[in-house]
Amino acid sequence: MTSSVVCLVEHDESGVIEASRRALSVAATLAQSSRANLCAALFGEVGDASLEDLADFGVNDAYLVTSEKLTAFAPVAWARSLLELAALVDASAVVAPGTDRGNEVMAHAGALSNLPMVANCFSAARERGSVRLTRQRWAGSLIEESRLDASMALLSVAFDGVTAQRAAQRTAPVVHELHPELSDGDLELRVAQWRDRSAGISLADARVVVGGGRGVGSAEGFAALDELARLLDGAVGVSRAVTSLGWRPHHQQVGQTGTRISPELYLVSGISGATQHLAGCQSAKHVVAINTDADAPIISRADYAVIGDLNLVIPALVAAIKQRGSSGS
Amino acid sequence: MNVLVCVKRVPMVGARIALTGDGLVVDTRQLGFTMSPHEECAVEEAVRLVESHGGVVSVLTLGPLEASEQLRDAAAIGASRLVHLVDAREWDPIATADAIVDAVRTLEEGAEVFDLILFGNEAPDTGDYQVGIRVAHALARPCASGIKNLEVDASAVRARREFRGGDELFELTVPCVVSVKEGINLPRYPSLPGRVRAKKAAIEVLEPRWRESPLHVEALRVPQVTRERAEILGSGIDAVPALLALLERLGVLT
Repeated sequence: MTSSVVCLVEHDESGVIEASRRALSVAATLAQSSRANLCAALFGEVGDASLEDLADFGVNDAYLVTSEKLTAFAPVAWARSLLELAALVDASAVVAPGTDRGNEVMAHAGALSNLPMVANCFSAARERGSVRLTRQRWAGSLIEESRLDASMALLSVAFDGVTAQRAAQRTAPVVHELHPELSDGDLELRVAQWRDRSAGISLADARVVVGGGRGVGSAEGFAALDELARLLDGAVGVSRAVTSLGWRPHHQQVGQTGTRISPELYLVSGISGATQHLAGCQSAKHVVAINTDADAPIISRADYAVIGDLNLVIPALVAAIKQRGSSGS
Repeated sequence: MNVLVCVKRVPMVGARIALTGDGLVVDTRQLGFTMSPHEECAVEEAVRLVESHGGVVSVLTLGPLEASEQLRDAAAIGASRLVHLVDAREWDPIATADAIVDAVRTLEEGAEVFDLILFGNEAPDTGDYQVGIRVAHALARPCASGIKNLEVDASAVRARREFRGGDELFELTVPCVVSVKEGINLPRYPSLPGRVRAKKAAIEVLEPRWRESPLHVEALRVPQVTRERAEILGSGIDAVPALLALLERLGVLT
């Protein structure tokens, strides 16, 4: 029997989510280097769009995990199901996206199976009995190269620094149903209630983020940034210093311990660029920094920079945008 | 309410991380140290719970002798029992969890169990996302992760976290394990009497049992920065026309 690499695939109505596409890419490379089949595990209602995506990423077998007991997200039950699938298909590795859920489920799988779990990998390749890995430390500010010796490798894939790579050849995945054996204990921990909190443009999804740090000077100083964000249909993001000072709520924090953003434009001012912050904006497409210090680390991580006081530049930019709007109409 | 918080001493790294000559560890000679950010919030949460429900906050760390600083930081804001598993090596998540489980069993022997054991969701340096979960399984207690809101009464814990623009609720019974994220609260600054008390606080020392890791770290490296140097658009408000033109080019002006 051919061995397998199992990949946990998170999906929504529009298909496989980006983090899972990245995980599939890493899992596909690992499967190739181990001459193994690539199996996908999916929970919940699976749409056609997701099955199409699986074919793009070279999946050989898709397992739809179905159980009347699985009515809501239950991390231990998901982990138990993945391990059952892994045993069924003789898996040499189980890979998950490095999302909150992915990391959580894999940690439970590690605890249930007493196997090591390695989080936030960029790449994985089989090398004789071991798996050679590169993974993130310090949320991507440092890369670790390591070798894992385990009967089955449990991995999650980093959010940043990995590109979703479609397979050279599309596959026609065989769809199976898996009915996992779950005990009441496996379902003790589950989502009891979900409530929608979305109001306005969320930081994680914003196309434009206007960032402000300690250099803004005060809570009141953010008025100009708020206005700029409004004019650009964007969201305001702040540094950890700003939330620690109580100037802004934590849900606006960009960084390692805050939200990770991936906007088209990150216009960042008054932030020097500590590792904690940079970890949260690695996926921004264009970075424009406004800073008084031309030698600040953020300047070397930006594409464009304005050297100057944000408290003068931002109000002037706001005025210029408004004037453009009024003269154009 | 009996709460145990597990914390880790980590360096405060700047914008670029420096490595030692052999490339296997972060060069910390020029760096200060702190408790992991998520764990600072875990300690604050524990202190608030005990302030409203009564009880004791215990804090445990696995780390070098100097990690007693982080225990004293926790004592300064209200933790009263400090436990130190002294070892300067780098412990992997399985070994860390085993050592904590051993310590919990020792501390609970002949005493009350911890109603709640709190962790930070992940450490900023190694980012393993699993120690709390492994400890929970070993102790056969439920575990909620990534929690940003916690309500506790006599026997039930309601834990909420963010998920795709909303929040999801987990209901747990005590004793249980919860890993929290920064943002669950805003940690207080220690008071002067708190600092004085912390300085004199006794620390219980336990010897953890070392275990080899199946993950062999062969090298660390600092990633190549893709953006070498920014294009300077100008200085001060004189740069505004160029900035406006750039926004137009990027197609972000509506």
